[in-house]
Amino acid sequence: MRADRVRLLAGMALALWLVLPLVPLAIWSVAHGWRFPDLLPVAWSFKAWSHAFSASSGVLHGLGQSMLIASVATALAILVGVPAGRALGLYRFRGKQLVLLLLVAPVLVPPIAIAPGLHGVFLQLGLTGGVPGVILAHLIPVIPYMTLVMAAVFGRFDTSHEAQARSLGARPWQVFAHVTLPAILPGLLTGALFAFLVSWSQYLLTLVIGGGRVQTLPLVLYGFATSGRNDLTGAIAILYILPGALVLALTARFLTGRAPGLAP
Amino acid sequence: MTDRTRIFLLLTPALLLLGGLFLAGLGLGLLRSFRYMPALGLTEPDLSAYAAVLASPGFLASLGLSLWIAGVSTVIAAGLAVLSAVLLRQTFPGRAVILFLFQLNLTVPHLVGAIGILYLFSQSGSFARLAFAAGLIGAPADFPVLTQDPWAIGIILQYVWKEVPFIGLILLANLQAISPGHEAAARSLGASRWQAFRHVLLPMLMPGLVAASALVFAFAFGAYEIPLILGAHAPEALPVLAYRSFTDVDLANRPEAYAMAMIIALIGAGLLAVYARLALPSRGRDAR
Repeated sequence: MRADRVRLLAGMALALWLVLPLVPLAIWSVAHGWRFPDLLPVAWSFKAWSHAFSASSGVLHGLGQSMLIASVATALAILVGVPAGRALGLYRFRGKQLVLLLLVAPVLVPPIAIAPGLHGVFLQLGLTGGVPGVILAHLIPVIPYMTLVMAAVFGRFDTSHEAQARSLGARPWQVFAHVTLPAILPGLLTGALFAFLVSWSQYLLTLVIGGGRVQTLPLVLYGFATSGRNDLTGAIAILYILPGALVLALTARFLTGRAPGLAP
Repeated sequence: MTDRTRIFLLLTPALLLLGGLFLAGLGLGLLRSFRYMPALGLTEPDLSAYAAVLASPGFLASLGLSLWIAGVSTVIAAGLAVLSAVLLRQTFPGRAVILFLFQLNLTVPHLVGAIGILYLFSQSGSFARLAFAAGLIGAPADFPVLTQDPWAIGIILQYVWKEVPFIGLILLANLQAISPGHEAAARSLGASRWQAFRHVLLPMLMPGLVAASALVFAFAFGAYEIPLILGAHAPEALPVLAYRSFTDVDLANRPEAYAMAMIIALIGAGLLAVYARLALPSRGRDAR
């Protein structure tokens, strides 16, 4: 019985620690004056939220920019990552180690090491200071993510169904649309939603390549966090984690904790 | 179409795009770190930017701080993750809630975690207010400095918050693949619960644990926005210093920023070697 109680207490402590940092953010977002040493705000207000949703705060613009950049980056990553994942999941070939190494490299070599050089290259190409350049830069962490998830998905994929469809006279695109796609779709969606979150969380690549002219939601959030607007910071922070929470609700049953399905 | 052609065609778009972007960024950074910048009239590559960086006390302090942050965060997060994984393998009331919170935490951007930690642990934050209410402190300045502090406690707390669920979920997935028979066998041969864990379960978890820890170390070492929010002014974490010298108005200092970027890349390459040995399928197993 003692072990049970220890387990329960440890579990409760863990659960508390996991939600704790989000609590002051949520309270600040509806606080109207919350000075030291008040444990709770003296008054409540939705002013921060209405300001966040007004055009002048730049929050909705940031939300739109983040949505646009993360969606396009994810779509491009699907286009190149599904074929590459197929090659990695279904075949053994010479140089596979090298390909995997190149895919893992952007996860272990941090953006700050790549961004300055990339900025120089993009400057030559006229890609700095705009959304297209930021999308391309986000592909560096997003493509490996998508490709490794798809490699795991294709590793469990049975190609004999495709062969049967072909022998029954299906054309290549019919095989893909009616046999391959339905089989890989759950994994593809999970991978895509989390690839979206990888782009959604990017800070430094957006800052360096966008040169401050591309204001995604994290950049707007940082701006308010350092200007002492804690109420607005809380509201934006809650807004910023909502898509992730939504993604989780949609994909909870697919999430098993396999390494490629996660980002540190 | 042969398999070789097929594999080549499937891989080419991803590798061209990713390799192009990644290697172009790294390559140009490398050239400029050697002070090769024809636009500025620098056409004789040399190592003076590295010499200047390595001789500057600010750089060494920042490098040391970032290694400290990454090392301490990784060790604490890995230790707590092993404990949580062992806890979550058993059934107890509320287990599903913790699993959900673990997964929710994975989706929260680090920047949000950093601001949350700041609001909790700063000298006017939630814990300082609780300490005041309990009569432990009389003013914010009496509360210990836990954020923007020289020991980077706030930064480390943020990484522990984010990475315990990350490593924990990887370990849980690995635990699912390990048959409970191994431990039962050890117990029936007279091993204590601790001995069965230490000598049977832990060795089997080790490769996954070290690989996940390498990812965490790399992230904690190279992240920019977390030390920007939670770090002290001096010394700064290495990524903050590197970005600041990159945006320095004096272009003559630019090569030093590139040299710092390359030193960070080199440390990332070292971690890549560790990760590749542990987590990428070896050629032997591949050939089967």
